[in-house]
Amino acid sequence: MEIDLSVKQVTKTFGHFKAVAGVSFEVEKGKFFSILGPSGCGKTTLLRMIAGFYESSSGSIEIRGKDMAGVEPNKRPVKLVFQHLALFPMMDVKENIAFGLKRRGERGKEVYKKVEHMLERVGLPGFGNKRINQLSGGQMQRVAIARCLILEPVVLLLDEPLGALDLKLREHMKVELKKLQAQVGTTFVYITHDQSEAMIMSDYVAVMNQGKFEQIDTPQNLYHHPATSFVAQFVGENNKFVGRLDKNAFGQWVLCLEEGLRLPVDNISGHSVGERIEMFVRPEAMIINPEAKMKEMSLLDVVIKAILFDGGNSRVLVVIDGSTKELILRLPQNDVSKIKVKDRMRIGWDPRRSTCFESAGVKTYDEL
Amino acid sequence: MMNSKKARVRWGFVLFFIPVFLWLFLLFILPHLELLRMSFVGTDYYGRSGFTLDNYAAFFKEPVYWLTFVRTAGYSIVITLIVLVIALPVAFYITKVIGVRTKGLLTLLIIVPFWVSVLIRVYGWMIILRESGIVNQMLVGIGLLKVPREMLYTDASLIVALVHTNLLFMLLPIMGVMDGLDDSLIEAASNLGATKLVIWWKIIIPHCMTGIMSGSIIVFMLVAGSYITPSLMGGKNSLWFTQQIYNQFIIAFNWNQGAAFGFLLLLISSAIVWLSLKITGQRLSEVVK
Repeated sequence: MEIDLSVKQVTKTFGHFKAVAGVSFEVEKGKFFSILGPSGCGKTTLLRMIAGFYESSSGSIEIRGKDMAGVEPNKRPVKLVFQHLALFPMMDVKENIAFGLKRRGERGKEVYKKVEHMLERVGLPGFGNKRINQLSGGQMQRVAIARCLILEPVVLLLDEPLGALDLKLREHMKVELKKLQAQVGTTFVYITHDQSEAMIMSDYVAVMNQGKFEQIDTPQNLYHHPATSFVAQFVGENNKFVGRLDKNAFGQWVLCLEEGLRLPVDNISGHSVGERIEMFVRPEAMIINPEAKMKEMSLLDVVIKAILFDGGNSRVLVVIDGSTKELILRLPQNDVSKIKVKDRMRIGWDPRRSTCFESAGVKTYDEL
Repeated sequence: MMNSKKARVRWGFVLFFIPVFLWLFLLFILPHLELLRMSFVGTDYYGRSGFTLDNYAAFFKEPVYWLTFVRTAGYSIVITLIVLVIALPVAFYITKVIGVRTKGLLTLLIIVPFWVSVLIRVYGWMIILRESGIVNQMLVGIGLLKVPREMLYTDASLIVALVHTNLLFMLLPIMGVMDGLDDSLIEAASNLGATKLVIWWKIIIPHCMTGIMSGSIIVFMLVAGSYITPSLMGGKNSLWFTQQIYNQFIIAFNWNQGAAFGFLLLLISSAIVWLSLKITGQRLSEVVK
C-alpha cells in the first residue's frame, strides 16, 4: 500500500515546553486517520507542522515520500480545513473555491466549470454566487472542504472542523464527512477531542496525550483493547477501580480496592503482588442481577443513585454499597421498570472482560 | 402619565441639543452661508455690487488659479498614496506581527508626536532639513556632500513634511480594521497556494478597504486644506491652493473672490473623494462607520 503521509520522530518545543514529543506514524493512501486527544495535547501543533505553519524542532515529515523540510506552506501538497473554516468573506462561494486554482495559474471558464462540478460533489449545486454570510454552518463546512478538495491534495488535514456546529448538525456532518471521504478517496487526517467523531469516521485513530501518541489502532481495538490507562479512560466510557494486587488462598489474582473490597481479576501478566493497579470495566460488561450459576464472576452489591435516561444509550449511576465509589452501567432495554432509584441490587462481570494497567495516575478531565 | 414622560424626554434632548446646535449654527453654518452669499457678489466698474458668477469664472479664466488647484489636488493624491503605502505595512506589523505589549508601546510612539502642534512639527522638519540642519551636517560629515545644500522650500521637502504630519490619520483607521482580520484567513490563503503578494492583494487589502478609504479621505482633505506646512516648507515657487484663498482674503482684501475659491476647494475635493469611493466600490456610510 502506498504511504501518503509519514511522520518520523517529530518534536516541537516552545521555549522549555515540549508541545510534541517524538511522534511517528504513517497514513496509507485513501485512509481516514484521526488524531484524538484532549485540548492542549499538541495535536494542533502537529497538524500545523504538517501544513507547514510551524517548523518542527526535530524529526521529519514526508508526503508521498518527499521530505517537507523547508518547503513553504503554499508549496505543500496538503490542504487544511481550519477550525473556524477561514472562508474568505470578501469573496463569494465560487471565488473561494476557485482561489487555489487561480493561484496555480488556471484561468478562464474552465476554472468555474471545475468549481460548479465541485459544488455538485459536496451537495451545493448553484451556490456559486452566494456570499459567505448567506450560508448556514453546514454549508460553510462543505464550501471549506470543497475549496481544499478541488486542488486534489495528497492529504487533506481537518482541524476540528465540526467543533463550532450544533449537536444535531454535528452528528449529521460526521456521517457526511465519512461518506465524502469514501467517495473522493483522498487521504484525510482529522484531529479532534471528540472521541465519537474519531470513532465513527476513522479507519485508524491515534490517541495523543501530552505530546505523545499513546496508541495507534482501529477504533474497535482502541475500545476493546486499550494499550494504556489513558486510552482506556479517554476512549469511551469506563469504570475505573484502583487497588493493590494480591493472591487469594487458591492462588488466584485479586484486586484489593481502596474501598476494602476484593475483586477477582484476570489478564494480568507482567504484574506482581502488591503493585498498584488500575482496572477498567466497560459499562456494558456489567450485568445486573447475574444468575448464580455463572462462575468466577466479579460481584458487587450496589445502590442505585440515578437513572441517566438517554434513549438507547441510557445508563444507571450506582454506588458501591457502603462506599461513595460511583459506577456507570448500561441500562438493559428489557427490564427498565424493575430498576428504581435507591434500590439495592447485585452486579457482576466476567473478569476476562476487564483491563488492567499499572497505575499511572493519569486523569482525564471528567473525573475531578 | 405617558405624555408627561414623553415631554420630559424631549426637554432633556433639547437641553443637550441646544449647545451643539448653537455651536454648529453660529460658528459653522451661518458663516458658511454668509461666505456662500459673498462668493456670488461682485462689484462693477462703478462700485455697485450685485449678483455675479465672475468670482467662479475667474478660477477657470486665470490659469494660475486652476493650475495651483491642479497642483494642490495632484500632490494631495500623491501624498495620500505615499501615506497609504507607508501605513499598510506599519499597521500590519503593529497589529499582526509583534506581541501585545510592544504593540501598545509602538502605538503610543505613533501618537505621541501628535500631542505637539502641527506648527512645532513643521519647525522640527525645518531644523532637520535646513542648510545648517542635521541632515546636511551628517552628509557633509561623511563626505557625500562637499558643501551643505538647501533642502527646504522644495516640493520634496513639502511632501516629506505632509506625509509625516498626516500618517497617524491613515494608520489609526487601518489598524482598527486590520485588528479584526482573522489570522487564519492569511494562513488559509497561504495553504491554498497564495504568495505573500497575493495575500496582500486578495485578502488583507480587501479586508481593510473601509479603513483605507476612511483614512484616505481624512488625509486627502487635511492635505488639500493644509496651510501652515505648504507656506513654511514649500517656499515661493510651490503655491498651495489654500495660499491663494489666503491671498484673496488678506492681501487682495477681495473676500468675494476668496469665498468663491473656498467653495471651489470644498466642492472639487468632495468630488475627488466621491469619485475615489465610486472607483473602489465603497459606500460612504460603510467608510465613516
